[in-house]
Amino acid sequence: MEAIINDIGFIIGTTLMYSTPLMFTSLGGVITERSGVVNIGLEGMMFFGAFVAATVAYYTQNPWLGFLCAGLGGAFLGLLHAIACVSFAAEQIVSGIAINFLGPGLALFLSRLFFDGATQTLTIPNKIPLPLHFLFGEGKLFKSAGFMDLVFNRFATVYLAFLLVLLVWFVLYKTKVGMRVQAVGEHPEAADTLGISVYRIRYGAVIMSGFFAGLGGASMSIAVVSRFSNTLISGHGFIALAAMIFGKWKPQGAMLACLLFGGAKGFEIFLGAKGVPVSSSLLAMLPYILTIIVLVGIVGKTTPPAAIGKIFDKSGK
Amino acid sequence: MKGFRFTYLVCIGLALVMCFGNVAIAKKIKIAMVTDVGGVNDQSFNQSAWEGLQRAQKDFSIKVSYKESRQDADYAPNMETLTDAGFDLIWGIGFLMGDAIKETAQINPDQKYAIIDFSYGKDTPKNVVGVVFQEEQPSFLVGYIAGKLTKANKVGFVGGIKFPLIEKFEYGYMAGVKMANPNCKILSQYAESFTDAAKGKAIANNMYQQGADIVFHASGGVGDGVIEAAKEKGKWAIGVDKDQNFLAPDNVLTSAMKRVDNAIYDMARKLKDGQWNGGDTVVYSLSNDGVGIAPTSGKHVPANVLAEVDKLTQKIKKGDIVVPATKTEFDKFKF
Repeated sequence: MEAIINDIGFIIGTTLMYSTPLMFTSLGGVITERSGVVNIGLEGMMFFGAFVAATVAYYTQNPWLGFLCAGLGGAFLGLLHAIACVSFAAEQIVSGIAINFLGPGLALFLSRLFFDGATQTLTIPNKIPLPLHFLFGEGKLFKSAGFMDLVFNRFATVYLAFLLVLLVWFVLYKTKVGMRVQAVGEHPEAADTLGISVYRIRYGAVIMSGFFAGLGGASMSIAVVSRFSNTLISGHGFIALAAMIFGKWKPQGAMLACLLFGGAKGFEIFLGAKGVPVSSSLLAMLPYILTIIVLVGIVGKTTPPAAIGKIFDKSGK
Repeated sequence: MKGFRFTYLVCIGLALVMCFGNVAIAKKIKIAMVTDVGGVNDQSFNQSAWEGLQRAQKDFSIKVSYKESRQDADYAPNMETLTDAGFDLIWGIGFLMGDAIKETAQINPDQKYAIIDFSYGKDTPKNVVGVVFQEEQPSFLVGYIAGKLTKANKVGFVGGIKFPLIEKFEYGYMAGVKMANPNCKILSQYAESFTDAAKGKAIANNMYQQGADIVFHASGGVGDGVIEAAKEKGKWAIGVDKDQNFLAPDNVLTSAMKRVDNAIYDMARKLKDGQWNGGDTVVYSLSNDGVGIAPTSGKHVPANVLAEVDKLTQKIKKGDIVVPATKTEFDKFKF
């Protein structure tokens, strides 16, 4: 019985580890797309964030400083995306693709500069802490390697991700700023006539999305592992983007979609470890197939914000 | 008129410099390599290859160069570019370049090529050399170390994507473990990825949770997660390809090394001495220092175990032990 409970603990724990970087990034996606700007550059922003986090954490020995700087690094790429899409009315998909080239390119270029030509950083001395670690172990409240340890002894980034979901939900639905973001994403012309600065709201939203994606990258490079390498972020940004769409452009929906994907990964690894007589390459498809089934079968039709991807020009051209 | 004479003199001067320059360069052997998507500083086999070339440059006074590939589609164009630039030998680093090299080699029959981790067998073009490694041998040795040092009688193996090259690591390792400790249980799982570090961490976490205390990985970037899990849980991990002890000095027990640098260096020497034979596959093993265990192994592995590993190395070199590289060979292997 205990073995089964521990197996469940393992699956939940793995789900949380997998979902966290996706949740940060997915929330970023929700913010920018609700304001009407598509951002497929999330992958590049995550990649850059992962690099900045590990580099700053390595040189300052302070993981939280690295975490913050990763957000700022992502926000910088977000700013570029905003300048192109909001001020210069560039095609948003094209600008996003450019960001996906720029993020990794910049990260690898700087990595070579800071780490003696290597396209990966060295191991950071201090990782993001485990805030509940004091509860687990010999003679503590819970024994180590038990269910509670497997589920709740997680990095601070995991708890932070859930708090941010709550925060984004609150801001988006319960505050004036959030309402304005939604208005701009649904009908920018109407918002404009009511005196809302569409440009300013969109700039803010796109920069925030970069900030969140940067945090997502950081939660890979300084919590899940303890260094950045050039293959660390491979496709996470796109999965987060997809999760946001499955989640119907809602923060809580995006969270559930990320958890679903992470859970499927955890389940797949569990099955692989149990030695089920299925080829591991088939098992590896499970998370993706499950996601498609859920999307088609349960989520149903999704409606994006009405003004998404449309260029707004105040002069009415 | 004065201006004209000046230009004339400069031209003659330049021509002379170019003549002598050419003569000087023509005497030097030129070798270049194309990296795979990892890039030349990947802390793995691309970097190892480049280190081998640089060593050859110093020792044999040859000229070396490299070209990095950003994506798989760059292999063929990079080959073409280097072919046009006139090198004596062009390397492709990694089995992914197998097709690109063969195609380019057939179009340019006078140009010499070589490739790491790929054997064309009987179909090797006359101007190509395939270089393969017996990865099962160092895997066997680290497996032996794991079998000797496990306290839980349970060890693990994490593979990247399941195909014959990675299975060589798996079965060599398993044979080594069983040789040292016939009752040892071996957990084995593939990540079906070479990049998903989170997956490597989850798989290794689970293995440690199941009671394993040493996990060997042959899985590229996935291994970052495996080593991370070892570090967090205070267990052992075994590295691959290069000496990975620097990633977690207290938790990486040893590494199964593939000396791509030695192979590249050796081939440069052959080319210089006129011993380069096209149309062939060269195998690098313990016997010609093409594989081995990490030099830092002495940090954590007791001297008596290392002495036994040395004895095994001699036996493998002599052919007294033939390390299994596939499931069939493993099943037939006598301990």
